[in-house]
Amino acid sequence: MVAAAVVVALFALIPLFFVIGYTIDLGWAQTSELVFRARVGELLWNTLRLTLGCMALSAVLGTGAAWLVERTTIPLRKLWTVLLVAPLAIPAFVNGYAWISVTRTVDGYWGALLVTTLSYFPLVYLPVVAALRGLDPALEESARSLGLSSQAVFGRVLLPQLRIALYGGVLLVGVHMLAEFGALQLLRFPTFTTAIYDQFRSSFNGPAANVLAGVLAAVCLVFLLAELGLRGGARYGRLGSGAARSVTRIELGRWHWPALGGLALLSTLALLVPLGALLRWLLAGRSTAFPWASLARTAATTVGLAAVAAVVAVALALALGWLSERYGSRLGALLERGTYFGSAMPGIVVALALITVSIRLVPGLYQSAPLLILGYAILFLPRAVINVRSALSQARPLYDDVARSLGTPTLQRLRRVTLPLMAGGLGAGAALVVLAVATELTATLLLAPTGTQTLATAFWGLSSSLQYGAAAPYAALMIAISAPATYLLTRQAGRSLTP
Amino acid sequence: MSEGSGRAGETAPAPALTVRGLRKSYGATEVLHDLDLVARADGVTALLGPSGCGKTTLLRLVAGFDRPDGGEIRFGEQPVYGPGRCVPAQRRRVGYVPQEGALFPHLTAGANAVFGLPRTRRRPSTARELLAGVGLDESLAQRYPHQLSGGQQQRVALARALAPRPALVLLDEPFSSLDAGQRESTRQAVLAILRTAGTSTILVTHDQSEALSMADEVAVMREGTIVQLAAPQQLYRSPVDPGVAAFVGAAVLLPATLDGAVAHSALGPVALDPAAGAAATGSVRLLLRPEQIHIQPDREAGDATAPEGRPGVPARVSGLQFYGHDCAVQLQLLDGGPGISARTLGGSAPRAGDLVHLTVTGTGTVFGAP
Repeated sequence: MVAAAVVVALFALIPLFFVIGYTIDLGWAQTSELVFRARVGELLWNTLRLTLGCMALSAVLGTGAAWLVERTTIPLRKLWTVLLVAPLAIPAFVNGYAWISVTRTVDGYWGALLVTTLSYFPLVYLPVVAALRGLDPALEESARSLGLSSQAVFGRVLLPQLRIALYGGVLLVGVHMLAEFGALQLLRFPTFTTAIYDQFRSSFNGPAANVLAGVLAAVCLVFLLAELGLRGGARYGRLGSGAARSVTRIELGRWHWPALGGLALLSTLALLVPLGALLRWLLAGRSTAFPWASLARTAATTVGLAAVAAVVAVALALALGWLSERYGSRLGALLERGTYFGSAMPGIVVALALITVSIRLVPGLYQSAPLLILGYAILFLPRAVINVRSALSQARPLYDDVARSLGTPTLQRLRRVTLPLMAGGLGAGAALVVLAVATELTATLLLAPTGTQTLATAFWGLSSSLQYGAAAPYAALMIAISAPATYLLTRQAGRSLTP
Repeated sequence: MSEGSGRAGETAPAPALTVRGLRKSYGATEVLHDLDLVARADGVTALLGPSGCGKTTLLRLVAGFDRPDGGEIRFGEQPVYGPGRCVPAQRRRVGYVPQEGALFPHLTAGANAVFGLPRTRRRPSTARELLAGVGLDESLAQRYPHQLSGGQQQRVALARALAPRPALVLLDEPFSSLDAGQRESTRQAVLAILRTAGTSTILVTHDQSEALSMADEVAVMREGTIVQLAAPQQLYRSPVDPGVAAFVGAAVLLPATLDGAVAHSALGPVALDPAAGAAATGSVRLLLRPEQIHIQPDREAGDATAPEGRPGVPARVSGLQFYGHDCAVQLQLLDGGPGISARTLGGSAPRAGDLVHLTVTGTGTVFGAP
């Protein structure tokens, strides 16, 4: 079992090994020649200014919206909570497609910044809302009793306590931004991911693409280490036991309408525009046709791949989770971190790594379904690990002991106690993997066997050849599939971040 | 399997549980060494000890969840662990109630109660009977564990453990997770249920008042062995050493000289408990319980116009904690000597700084000098 877990972690770390190994293999002279170029500097500048801009904007929008909804007398709070999380159900590349199909003006830096921020600000909104709900209102009350104004309470009491949730969310936005490919390609803003993709398409598996992937992986590592340091340094959640008490909400007064208008504008841009555009293409687009047969075939392929990937990921996560939960060993925690590192690499890096490694070691695997599944497993393992972990902690050994003392034989204990206790967590983990695979674009584009089309790649093929109407049904199907995942993620965030 | 054979005879039934020379180590730490324990049939034996003394380990070995390193365990006449023999937990048929009850969270209270019964007997009607047997309303059968109070969960856990009619029930600190209000009532209810069911019970606890009030016999455990096994009153009156004395209740230990069956200390002569055959002579330590030390106000002693008997030893009240029903008093003898603590009824509490006279009621126990 331990050996199996180590193998799992090693698999997850393939992308990292690939980057290091490739660089060593290539030699310093050639590497530096490929890295220190004006083109790379330009890409680095583009990637960083877009990533940091999106992080800053998401922080402001996410925190502001969370504060308005959780701490002021703004009406329709339940509705806003849903509307502000819902953008997560629209994959960023679908959002990019919707915007560019409505107006050509969204290309370039500002367009890319707008579209990606609208897609990713909920990643900040969610943890901040959860943290706000977990805060003891007594802290704010005592601050107010000490004579602090509402602004001062926010700045001096709330913000310092929200810091960890906020930083965590912002870094998550950063990691997503570094991996973003589809939206940026559609909006014609060149970054590392788009350059790697173009490079790969033109000179298959050339050193240029691989070295670019190496630089991107290095940038990504910096973000991951920052995130890890943040999580290690402070405890998440469990900030107080005051969740049951209701907070005194701040009267917005003359800011009532501006605040309401702001939230309405944000929701319009993040939800109504993409959904509206999609609906328009679905209903009125001239190129829209409902090729039911190919739609069904693509959907079936997608679901099939996703289901196998989910089973593989959950099985791998079980090996890891079992190790760290039942034995709480340092090895287990280390291996878990390892999978986390591997999976936080951009999909394009993971795909390139698998292609390179498979061509060198097992040529038969290249462009085969197992390699694609492995890619999915590496990318989405953490989603399974989190849920399997909670499933394993549900099935505490004590329950098994009690059942034994009641005379229940081993197999019956598995059926009557262990499996029912774990079913929820395993199911949630598998569902999240299925739904993530259903909207995965980048790695699928590179790894899918010739002729195999998923919803995302079919959509991509049509929309990048400007057949917006024909692409619409595929986008709609993806949104329909990822909506439940968004709901699950919302619940999970709420659970892990509040007492 | 011939179960309940221990209860057949009219004369002195076989003990419910016999443990001989039991050993268990985790890594380099030896948790139990050569532990001997005999638990009587048809009664409650409390296993009392501070946390970390190995109580729970012993319980887990008896239940069969873990394997001992050596020794012998018998249920009645039947060996369940011994040389070349280890009956697995699922065939030992002991009832086990862990600390927080550990009800299966995915099953209702009713389904939990009937869990250990054969499939044909897992009916709602049986579940309701079992719950009624532990004093729970039938309407609770449909509730899930998280919808029950701590005390209700403990009762369901007890119903579940008793349902297959085990000859031996193990309770692992079952009341420690309950709040003070529920604890006493749940204790009484559980005791009544166990007595009605007529099973032999081992109750693990670190709470001496729980052990003394609930058990027929108390086994005091320390550092992996049983140091004393006795009925509660005997244990309280004649503990085997000062450590046990202090563990089962507040103790006043005074240096004394032994003269036959009388110990002379700063509080005057005290007769020894005739049941405890004290062999020591000369310099000893005298054990008294705080409630044996009687406090008389100075004025009253003065008014009594020099009684011909002993007026008591003069002392000053240096501190006191008033609890309502009773009161703990710290005293300093006027002619020096160790500080003494006493316990009086709340109605006759002195005040700090008062001059009082102390007399001793009842008998004492002595230990050899340290």
